[in-house]
Amino acid sequence: MSVTPPSVVSARKLGLTFQTGDGPVHALSNVDLEVRKGDFVSFIGPSGCGKTTFLRVIADLEKNTDGEITVNGMTPEEARKSRSYGYVFQAPALYPWRTIEKNVALPLEIMGHSAAERAKRIERTLDLVNLSGFGKKYPWQLSGGMQQRASIARALAFDADLLLMDEPFGALDEIVRDHLNAQLLKLWARTEKTICFVTHSIPEAVYLSTRIVVMSPRPGRVTDVIESTLPKERPLEIRETPEFLEIAHRVREGLRAGHSYEE
Amino acid sequence: MKPDSFTQRVVPVLTILILIVAVWYVAAYLMNAPFQRDLDRRGNVTSTAMEFISKTMAQPKPVLPAPHQVAQNLFENTFLRRVTSNRSLVYHAWVTLSSTVAGFTMGTLLGILIAVGIVHVKALDRSLMPWIIASQTIPILAIAPMVIVVLAAVNITGLLPKALISTYLSFFPVAVGMVKGLRSPELIQLDLMRTYNASAAQTFWKLRVPASIPFLFTSMKVAIAASLVGAIVGELPTGAVAGIGSKLLAGAYYSQTIDIWAALIAGSVLAALLVTIVGIVARIVDRSMGGRPA
Repeated sequence: MSVTPPSVVSARKLGLTFQTGDGPVHALSNVDLEVRKGDFVSFIGPSGCGKTTFLRVIADLEKNTDGEITVNGMTPEEARKSRSYGYVFQAPALYPWRTIEKNVALPLEIMGHSAAERAKRIERTLDLVNLSGFGKKYPWQLSGGMQQRASIARALAFDADLLLMDEPFGALDEIVRDHLNAQLLKLWARTEKTICFVTHSIPEAVYLSTRIVVMSPRPGRVTDVIESTLPKERPLEIRETPEFLEIAHRVREGLRAGHSYEE
Repeated sequence: MKPDSFTQRVVPVLTILILIVAVWYVAAYLMNAPFQRDLDRRGNVTSTAMEFISKTMAQPKPVLPAPHQVAQNLFENTFLRRVTSNRSLVYHAWVTLSSTVAGFTMGTLLGILIAVGIVHVKALDRSLMPWIIASQTIPILAIAPMVIVVLAAVNITGLLPKALISTYLSFFPVAVGMVKGLRSPELIQLDLMRTYNASAAQTFWKLRVPASIPFLFTSMKVAIAASLVGAIVGELPTGAVAGIGSKLLAGAYYSQTIDIWAALIAGSVLAALLVTIVGIVARIVDRSMGGRPA
């Protein structure tokens, strides 16, 4: 039997309530979740289900109001301060006045790496996302997909074990998205990182994940957690196998269950 | 120059220029004609229509000088006099320019400093802005003589008092523009800095400052023009010693209307030159910061 890998993210009865002018909004309620080292966990659900909020709580960009959460055994704030995770936003958020390599260098500059070390890491991470040779370009000279890859490189540059991705490919067309999904899986296999991935695409979630967390809104909560039975090696064609369609069906059922009482 | 950029950029400007000059000539004739008619009647001179028109354009102290009179005055006082001469427009422009640039530099620095304070200190954000706006509602013509007189009383004369008036006018657009510029980074860009656990100083230098540069140059264009106005206004109450402002005042004293117009045009040329220089620097900086060529 294999040893259970150590926990990376552990949430117990996690809740977050925003106080707004129209009264409290329960963005998250009673979320229990365990993400283990090496997992690729997708969060899927309609908008307002708190999937992005949950990611932001892990990243200490929001504070939970109820329950407990640890990241690498620390509070999210301690984890952020020890730079335990790389965050990929919905938009590339590259700084337009920096070239691609300078953008990748940004976290390295902030964390005080030497120039030689920066150069080494820039080369390595740009290679990981297949952007070698584009380092001297400015963001506007790259396509949307390339810009998002550059932002992934930036999140990988400082060797955090945990990668938090918030609908990183949501704004891209399907062909580019398929391509990037396949690349992301290879990257995950090569780097052995733990990835938390927010998406609203069922095929994307099923294709990428070892585990799929289905969420539903008002209040934002987890309705189903599906363990993927797909092998680690996943060519794009795997999406036509019965096994894939079976998991996708279960995800769709989970999403529908979360919604049914609202109509 | 490409033919289409010529027709698109130069022709419209030239058309307006020709139109202005034409209107100017007509206005010069209309405004100078009554005096010329009076003069002719007293001197018992009868002249043809063409002679009369040309005489309205050649008066020594016309109500409205004709464009060629101003152009001639401008040319003589710019190119035919030694630049150290009191009659040289280059000399006067230089005097005004030096206090404009001094005031602009101080105003820009002050404006940036105020903006940094407002963006980073909550108390300043609430307390300072109303005062800054109030400061700009006071007419500069009312405050300029007081500044000159008060500073003269403590033995500060010359360049500094004039430059301070320019500072007073130029810090405002820079402060307002830079507050906006330093706050221009999007939430997502600020969140990114937070995920790196970046210090406030790192966020300032690596994000807020570069993001604010386009705003800085836009407000600097306004500020340099305001500085020039400040310098000219500052020269009026100094006893009209030197500068474009003193040239305007002296012209008004002695009804030298041609001199006034020449000085006015010299002032506008100076303003256009300064704004253009700021614009060129802005473009160079923008290119070096990866700006997309327009």
